[in-house]
Amino acid sequence: MQHTALADQTLELHDPHSFVTKYIWSQDHKVIAIQYGLTAVFVGLVALVLSALMRLQLGFPDTFDFITPGAYLQFVTMHGMIMVIYLLTALLLGGFGNYLIPLMVGARDMVFPYMNMLSYWMYLLSVIILLASFFVPGGPTGAGWTLYPPQAILQGTPGYDWGIILMLVSLAVFIIAFTMGGLNYVTTVLQARTRGMTLMRMPLTIWGIFTATVLGLLAFPALLVSAIMMLLDKTIGTSFFMPALVSLGENLDYTGGSPVLFQHLFWFFGHPEVYIVALPAFGMVSDVLACHARKNIFGYRMMVWAIVAIGGLSFVVWAHHMYVSGMHPAFGFFFATTTLIIAVPTAIKVYNWVLTLWQGNIHLRVPMLFAIGFIFTFIHGGLTGLFLGNVTIDLPLSDTYFVVAHFHMVMGVSPIMVLFAAIYHWYPLITGRMLNDALGKAHFWLTFLGTYAIYLPMHYLGFLGVPRRYFAMGSTDFIPESALSLNASITVSALIVGASQLIFLFNVFWSLRHGEKAPHNPWGATSLEWQTPDVPPKHGNWGPELPTVYRWAYDFSVPGAERDFIAQNEPPDAAHPTSGELGGAS
Amino acid sequence: MSLFSTLREKPWEPQPALAGHPTPADPLATPRTALRFIMAIVGVLFFLFIITFLSRSQYPDFQALAGQPWQPFSDTSRLWFNTALLAASSLAMHIAVLVAQREHLNRAVLGISLAVFFAIGFLLAQLDLWQRLMAAGYYINSNPANSYFYLLTAVHGLHLLGGMVVLANLLFRVWYDDSLATLSGPLSLCAQYWHFLLAVWLLLFALLASSPDTINTLAALCGF
Repeated sequence: MQHTALADQTLELHDPHSFVTKYIWSQDHKVIAIQYGLTAVFVGLVALVLSALMRLQLGFPDTFDFITPGAYLQFVTMHGMIMVIYLLTALLLGGFGNYLIPLMVGARDMVFPYMNMLSYWMYLLSVIILLASFFVPGGPTGAGWTLYPPQAILQGTPGYDWGIILMLVSLAVFIIAFTMGGLNYVTTVLQARTRGMTLMRMPLTIWGIFTATVLGLLAFPALLVSAIMMLLDKTIGTSFFMPALVSLGENLDYTGGSPVLFQHLFWFFGHPEVYIVALPAFGMVSDVLACHARKNIFGYRMMVWAIVAIGGLSFVVWAHHMYVSGMHPAFGFFFATTTLIIAVPTAIKVYNWVLTLWQGNIHLRVPMLFAIGFIFTFIHGGLTGLFLGNVTIDLPLSDTYFVVAHFHMVMGVSPIMVLFAAIYHWYPLITGRMLNDALGKAHFWLTFLGTYAIYLPMHYLGFLGVPRRYFAMGSTDFIPESALSLNASITVSALIVGASQLIFLFNVFWSLRHGEKAPHNPWGATSLEWQTPDVPPKHGNWGPELPTVYRWAYDFSVPGAERDFIAQNEPPDAAHPTSGELGGAS
Repeated sequence: MSLFSTLREKPWEPQPALAGHPTPADPLATPRTALRFIMAIVGVLFFLFIITFLSRSQYPDFQALAGQPWQPFSDTSRLWFNTALLAASSLAMHIAVLVAQREHLNRAVLGISLAVFFAIGFLLAQLDLWQRLMAAGYYINSNPANSYFYLLTAVHGLHLLGGMVVLANLLFRVWYDDSLATLSGPLSLCAQYWHFLLAVWLLLFALLASSPDTINTLAALCGF
C-alpha cells in the first residue's frame, strides 16, 4: 500500500523557509532524528559520568568525600533510568527510527510530521524535568531504576520528596512523547511505503524498529499506569501500592496496598523494554553485517519471524524479574519456561548472523568491527540470561554482580555496540563526510576489550555473592580482599572505556568539517536510504519522483551482476539476472 | 492478503508483477491505521487499570462502592444519567457522519455541535458526581475503591477531552481549507473514537458499580 498524500503531493511537505523552521521547530524527520540523537547522547553522557562516580566509590572506597551513601544510590538510579529510557530507547527509535524509516521505505517524511515534531519537544521536556531533579531539595530519587514502592516514596530513600515526583512526571511526559513518535513510525511503515516495497522486501532494520515500536506502544502504558498510581500514592495519599506502615513509631495513613502489584506492572513494561532496545539493534546489525560481508543475510524470513516471535513472547516472561518477590511455584515454572523458549528465536538470529559471515567477503571496516563485537557481547550476555531464567539458579544469584554483568552485556554493551556500528555506517549519509578510520578502530578496540575488562570479572564477583547496589562492602567472611582489588581494576577499566568515548566524540565533531567527503553510497549498500539523489538527503528525500522498488535489500555478490550489489530500486534488465528480474515498473 | 501469507513470501525469488501494489488511493488509510493503534493503546491502558483494580480489590481494606444500601452506587440513577449523556453524544456523532456522507453539511455541523454539547455535559455531570461523592465523605484517599473511581473517571474524561481537541482541529482545518465536502471521512474516524470511549465507559460503569460478590468473582476468574 502506498500513501499518496506524501508520495505525490509535495505541497504536503511544509518546506522550511527560515533557520527556525529548518533546524529548531522542524517537521523534517531527518532534523528531528538528529535533535533526538544529540539530546539522547547528551543525557547519556550525564549517565556515563554518573557511572564513573559510582565506580570510583566502589573501586576506591573512603576516598571521595562527596560521594555519600545517599548520593551513590542517586547515581545508581539516574544512571540506570537515563541509559535505558532516555538514551537507548530515545536514540534507537527517536533517533535512528526517525532517520531511517522514511528513507528505507521510500517515503518523503513521516506521515504525521507535526506530531513527530511535538514528539521531540515533549521528549526534550521530559529530559529537562528529569535533569531538574538534580537541583531540587533532596536531589534526584535514589530508589533504584525500578522505583519499587514503598521505599521509593518514603523518608529514608534519597529524593523521596521532590526527586521521585519529578522522575514520575518525567516518565509520564516521555511516554506521551514516545507514543506520538511511535504512532508515526508504525503508521509510516504500514501506509507510506513506496511502490514495490512490500513488507517482506523491507530491510531488517525496519522490521526491528517496527516491531519494537509496537512493543513500546503496548508496553509503555504499563509504566504510565504505575507512574500515575504511584504519583497519587505520593501526593494525595492513596494506597494503590502502599501497604499499611509504621514509620518512626507512627502509623502512616496508607492502608493495605500491594507493592508486588507495582512490580508486576513495572516488569510488564520492563521486560518488553529489553526488546524495545534489542530489536532495533538486531535489525540494524543484520543490515550492517550483510553489507560489510557483501553477502545476503542468511535466513531473511526466519529473521523476520524471529523478530515477531521475540516481540510476542516478550509479553509473557516479565515475572522472571520477580522470582525473589515470591510467587506460586506454578508461575515460577511458567515464567522460567517462557523465558527459555524466547531463547530459541534469539539463538536463531545469532546463528543466522554467524552464517551470514560464513564465506562472506568480509570487510573489517569500523562498522563491521562493532557489528562483530556485538555478536560476541550478545552471545555472552544471552548465555548468562539462561542461568538467570531458571528459578533455582536465579535465587542465589539475584541482586549480585552477576545480574549486573548479565544485563549490562545483553542490553547495555550490545545495543551500544550496534549504535556505534550504526553511527559509523550511516554517518556518511547523515553528514556527507566519512569518519576517521584510525580513530574509529582505536575507539572500537578500547571499547570492546574495555567492556570485557569491566564485565567479565563482575560475573566472578557475583558468584562470590557480592551484592549490587551497596555503597561499600565492609568486612564480610565471603568477600575476600582479592575481590576488592578486582573492583579497583574494574573501576580503572571503566574509566578508560569512559575516556575512550572522547575519541568517538572528537571523531564525530572533527569529521563534520574535516572528514573526507563521502562518495555516493560509500559502502555499496543496496537499501533505499543510500539511493537518494542528494547526500545528505534534502527535504522531501527523493527529488521529484519517488523510487520504485524491484527487489529485497540483500542482493549482494549476485553471480553475473556488474557490481557486487544491486540496489533495491535498480530496474531489472539483462545485465542483472536476479530476483525481481521479471518485475515490472507499472 | 493475510499476515501469514505475507510472512511466507520469499523476497529473494523472482516475483513477477510484484514491482508494486497499485491500490486505489484512500486518503483515510493513514489516519485509520493510526486510530486503530490509538484505540489499541488506550484499550491496553484501561485493561491494565482494570486488572490492577481487580487485584487490589482482594485486599481487606477494599470497600466496593456498591452492594450495600448505604453505598453511593447502590442507587445507580446518577451513573445512568451520565451514561445517557455520553450515549447521546455518540449517537449525535453517528448521525452527523451519516448526514455528512449525504453532503447535508448544515445538518452535519448541527450533529457535531450536539455531540460536543452532550460530551461536555457528560464531563460536567462526572464532575458533579465527584462533588457529591466528596460531600458524602468518599474522598479519593479514603478507600482504594474510591481512588479507582476518581482515577478511572479522570483518565476517561481526559481521553474524551483529547477527542474534542482533535475534533476541533478537524473542523478548523475543514473550515479553513473550505473543503466541507471532505468532512465525512475524517468525521467517521472521530465517531469511531467516540463509540470506543462509550464502550470503555460502559465497562468502567459496570465494574465500578459492581457489588463485592461480582468483583470477587471477576478477580477469581483472573487468578487473584
